[in-house]
Amino acid sequence: MAENKIYGAIAAFKSDTEILEAARKVRLAGYSKFDCHTPFPVHHLDQAMGMKRSKLPYFIICCTIAGFTLGLLLQWWTGAVDYKLVIGGKPLFALEFATPILFECSILLTAFGAVFGMLGLFNGLPTFYHPIFNAEISKRITNDRFLVSIEAKDPQFDATKTTEFLQSLHGAEEVQLVEA
Amino acid sequence: MQAVANEFKIPKENPLAKPLLIEGEQDYSTLTEAVSTVVEDKTPRNWYIAFAISVCGTLMLGGMLGYLVFTGVGVWGNNQPVGWAWDITNFVFWIGIGHAGTLISAILFLFRQKWRTSINRAAEAMTLFAVACAAIYPGFHVGRIWLAYWLFPLPYNQGMWPNFRSPLEWDVFAVSTYGTVSLLFWYVGLIPDLATLRDRATTKMRQLIYGIFSLGWRGSNRHWQHYEIAYLILAGISTPLVLSVHSIVSFDFAVSKLPGWHTTIFPPYFVAGAVFSGFAMVMTLMLVARWALNLQHLITMYHLEVMNKIMLVTGSIVGYAYSMEFFMAWYSGNMYEKFTFFNRAFGPYAWAYWTMFTCNVVSPQCFWSKKLRTSIPFMFFISIVINIGMWFERFVIIATSLHRDFIPSSWGYFRPTPVDILTFAGTFGLFMTLFLLFIRFVPVIALAEVKAVLAHQQHKAHGHAKH
Repeated sequence: MAENKIYGAIAAFKSDTEILEAARKVRLAGYSKFDCHTPFPVHHLDQAMGMKRSKLPYFIICCTIAGFTLGLLLQWWTGAVDYKLVIGGKPLFALEFATPILFECSILLTAFGAVFGMLGLFNGLPTFYHPIFNAEISKRITNDRFLVSIEAKDPQFDATKTTEFLQSLHGAEEVQLVEA
Repeated sequence: MQAVANEFKIPKENPLAKPLLIEGEQDYSTLTEAVSTVVEDKTPRNWYIAFAISVCGTLMLGGMLGYLVFTGVGVWGNNQPVGWAWDITNFVFWIGIGHAGTLISAILFLFRQKWRTSINRAAEAMTLFAVACAAIYPGFHVGRIWLAYWLFPLPYNQGMWPNFRSPLEWDVFAVSTYGTVSLLFWYVGLIPDLATLRDRATTKMRQLIYGIFSLGWRGSNRHWQHYEIAYLILAGISTPLVLSVHSIVSFDFAVSKLPGWHTTIFPPYFVAGAVFSGFAMVMTLMLVARWALNLQHLITMYHLEVMNKIMLVTGSIVGYAYSMEFFMAWYSGNMYEKFTFFNRAFGPYAWAYWTMFTCNVVSPQCFWSKKLRTSIPFMFFISIVINIGMWFERFVIIATSLHRDFIPSSWGYFRPTPVDILTFAGTFGLFMTLFLLFIRFVPVIALAEVKAVLAHQQHKAHGHAKH
């Protein structure tokens, strides 16, 4: 079998406890390019897979600061610079009246940062094609199956050995190679 | 009633143990089945009937608004001295309804209240539709709707900008931010469940449409990691956001100098009232959805009872605020303030005031009784009573404060025109149309989240069995 035509090997599990154990064993076996696919976020799976903390919050806080700054510039520049108009004897610009809109602008950009940052920047979505979809069992990821996938790109990957390894995991079903 | 009693079981050996959030023998695939079939099965005939009625309401709304645009804002009963009337009442009413959705999805998420998972999706959808209904009113109240873009800070030929010193402009930002963030929050929660529908799709069309909206979600744990952080942060920012929105709505009144409006109690009082009315609306809709879609094992009596308790608390806060307003009116020693509140309770709008008081303060007190707060017909009735009461609250605040101007020659009495009434009825049509489309095409229960609760529940049961 030609290596370059294979995306990797997968195994399916029936419960979250089994996938936790499987993920831990895959990591301890020395694999690095592997992933788990689950119907819901499984607690402690990040640690079991040896993943680092997400950097997303740093991106989001930058968006918050940008929102605050834009809200401030908008209210100050339009009222006190571009078109000065005294209304009700109130100052042209003051933080007191600017606060509600500063708050709303910060929240709005934080939300944009969280959603579009998470989807686009960090997760690379939308991605409508992914090799994992070639396996029939992947249709059950969003239902009741927990999958482990080890990519062929992994330096330790070997079609036969990796498949055997996956088969040895407790609760493993439908162990198979997936085409790229 | 027997069925109700059977549904609500607390294990006898431990009176403090919480009832199960998911009842019956369930596993992941039966949950998927239960939630997905609602969307996949043949559309029930009753849905078509309800949809037809709702669409008629929406068309009526369109007709009334069209009439207003072609004729002028005078088709509504607003006039001096009651320049704000049903339009702003309905605006605040609908915005308030939306608040329960965000409360359930954000605040209860932060407090790790797992019972929210069965109702948060529908409550969030309700928020979006309520905000859509609310936005109609200030939009059309400007009179010349084609100039409504003046509300936003856009550069155009006059070179002028909105007045950021005005609470009305704060409102524009608050409501539009609220609508946008609620939509994003709702959609992020939906992505994994849309992927479920995509994977179960039997027709090319369904696969394509759900495929596009689920963005190629493949349940990767490397995605879930960022997803969970984003969801947590959205919940974290939605919490102050929801409090800010109704606070800012209350500033529309409180920042003015009108007796009856110019009070510092308004922001917390409005927020509590919004949550109160929102929960009542969630209750009304969920009772119907639970019955019509057979979701009794997911929306259990425990969920309903907890919501009734929240209504009892927020209803009592509202009652406290009503009394405190009277105390402050007396304690201030200000004759205008005193007159306004005396007039509110005993003047020409006394009927509206006491309707409000009975519906909002007296009726939720029934929920002290366990028997009443676990009775489905009774809670359905009370939820509608509260909806009515909270509409009257906004009407009372707006109309009674305006109808007695400082000079008696400027006194008046507001009466709605048929256009007012039909427009308001029409917004219910729009709300129901959107809600019916939602329950037909989108999973009404947050499936991925309920599965996580089920996993949690199983681990707990497993752990107990061991010891």
